Amino acid sequence: MFRFLVRRVLGALVILLIISAVTFWLFYAIPRDPAMMSCGKNCTPDMLKQVRHNLGIDHPVPVQYWYWLKGIFVGRSYGDFGNCSAPCLGYSFANREPVLGTILDRLPLTLSLAFGSAVVFLIFGVGAGMIAAVKQGKWQDKLASSGSLIASSLQIYFVGYIAMYFLVSKLGILDNPSYTPLTHNPVKWASGLLLPWLVLALIWTANYTRMTRSQMVETLSEDYVRTARAKGMSSRTVFFRFAWRGAMGPIVTIFGIDLATLIGGAIITESVFSLQGVGRLALDAVNKSDLPMVLGVTLLSAGAIVFFNIIVDAVYASIDPRIRLA
Amino acid sequence: MTPPTPSAAAPLEVTDESVEKPIASGSPKGGESRSPGRLAWKRFKRDRTGVISAYVVIFFFVVAIAAPLIAKLYGKDPYTTYASQDPSLLDAFSYPAGPNGGMSSQFWFGVEPQLGRDVFTFLLYGIRTSLGIAVAATILTVVAGVVVGVTAGYLGGKTDYLVGRVIDILLSFPSTLFFIAFMPVVYGIFVAPDDNIPTWLRATALIVVLSTFGWASIARLLRGQVLGLREREFVEAAKVTGAPPMRIVFKELLPNLWTPIIIQSTLLLPALVTTEAGLSFLSVGIIDPTPDWGVMIARGAQFYSQDITFMLFPGISMVLFVVAFNLLGDSVRDALDPKSKR
Repeated sequence: MFRFLVRRVLGALVILLIISAVTFWLFYAIPRDPAMMSCGKNCTPDMLKQVRHNLGIDHPVPVQYWYWLKGIFVGRSYGDFGNCSAPCLGYSFANREPVLGTILDRLPLTLSLAFGSAVVFLIFGVGAGMIAAVKQGKWQDKLASSGSLIASSLQIYFVGYIAMYFLVSKLGILDNPSYTPLTHNPVKWASGLLLPWLVLALIWTANYTRMTRSQMVETLSEDYVRTARAKGMSSRTVFFRFAWRGAMGPIVTIFGIDLATLIGGAIITESVFSLQGVGRLALDAVNKSDLPMVLGVTLLSAGAIVFFNIIVDAVYASIDPRIRLA
Repeated sequence: MTPPTPSAAAPLEVTDESVEKPIASGSPKGGESRSPGRLAWKRFKRDRTGVISAYVVIFFFVVAIAAPLIAKLYGKDPYTTYASQDPSLLDAFSYPAGPNGGMSSQFWFGVEPQLGRDVFTFLLYGIRTSLGIAVAATILTVVAGVVVGVTAGYLGGKTDYLVGRVIDILLSFPSTLFFIAFMPVVYGIFVAPDDNIPTWLRATALIVVLSTFGWASIARLLRGQVLGLREREFVEAAKVTGAPPMRIVFKELLPNLWTPIIIQSTLLLPALVTTEAGLSFLSVGIIDPTPDWGVMIARGAQFYSQDITFMLFPGISMVLFVVAFNLLGDSVRDALDPKSKR
């Protein structure tokens, strides 16, 4: 297990290194002034000069990348703009802040959005899928299947507005989406995010319903489940302890990947509900041509995907003893 | 099985050829034999959901292709701001004067708030743009995925390893973020910073960016399939008879890959339609004066709390298209590969 983790983490770091290098290089490949791009829209000549100096435009791209990499470990000084201490992912000249600080500011909202909706869609998706598997071919099954087919075809940029129109503007059942930190006021935190959670969950549930159903149907017909039944175990024990445990693996896998995607920033969701999370930060950074910020958010998202993959593999192996970590 | 002696190899290849041709054509006119293609077609025709959704999908494509013709018969276009010609269309707050978003016999789907464009033609042309981009991106993605996947799987060794790592990296890219981040890069290559970006370039950039980050999963799947096929007797037989690699790839491997390729394409197209619309919704893809599904929803989002009708047309038509296409995809999958479980 330990060797597996070490190897995978090293592999993940290599992937992140490559991703950051590719992002870096692609942005410099544009025949535009990278200093202009990093400086943002409201750039004064003084700032531009400083940015040029800090980016080291007189150096070739690999050297500039090296400075950026070095900044992560030893920090970097940005002259008049201030210092960026040890884990320095760069300095956003458009926001006049270190990149990491801004990302960490926005992260709680994105995490709340991700974990809150994950709880909802996991409960409903897996629950509906289990019911469909038990009532195979009956109306519950057909309802779950057709419901998930339609739900998975819905798009957040449409359903989000429809939900806001009916549930907030017309009926006033739910609050307008907003973010209050959990530590300030847990009730406001939940009520402000309830609508985004429900809408996100509506769309993401479908996948879990289908996956759970097909996995359960498959494991329920396996020999070991039949043996457990034949031994006279209660159907509840057979269902949850045997069949569900066998069916869980692939569901854990997609759940890990989905969670990573959500943490990396639900850009469209945050735009629809006007929430200022990491996704919006990324979109604004791209629109302002704020390269250091784009690079930072990209690294966060890619990091989430890569590390959740490792976690998923490790969890998978502990759920299903047939899988061995190689 | 029989050892791959020349005498055994020859008939093996012949039987294989007779099987592959009808699959490749995929049409019901493949003679009277019960070829796999014909069997799949028969299975598909029996599937009522599949046939109905096929009609819905065809309807959308016909509408998209015939949009200029329909607009001509209908007598309007998506660019004219009709409210400036006839101020009575919009009320004092620039919302449609008539009920239900100003739907009338003259403006079937109503009038757009603020600018007063015709919703019906805007939607038609929007479907045209979105489907056009999605189809082009699907074709490019699938072709790239097939070429890379088959090459890697067939050549094996170092090439395979290298391609495998590239795929690993591409699949860990956060896709939406990269679509957004690299649209400006693609524009930057072609256009000077302050120039206007022409619409064709926006469309091309969308297609390029969508396919650049899309081919990896198809390539991975096909690589696996080819790895399995490469060791099969008929491929070995072809090799023994001295067939060049090109012939083996096109005549032996590719015919056996049509099923996964078609299945992947049917999964990809609706996903690309919604992704394209999502990017245009964020205004990093197609932007306003050009009609597009995503642009229309973004427009609708600006005044959804006052006039929800405008948003319903692009939204519902898109859901309808995606549901129909997903159902069609399921049926095609069942028809081509009846053993597979969903």
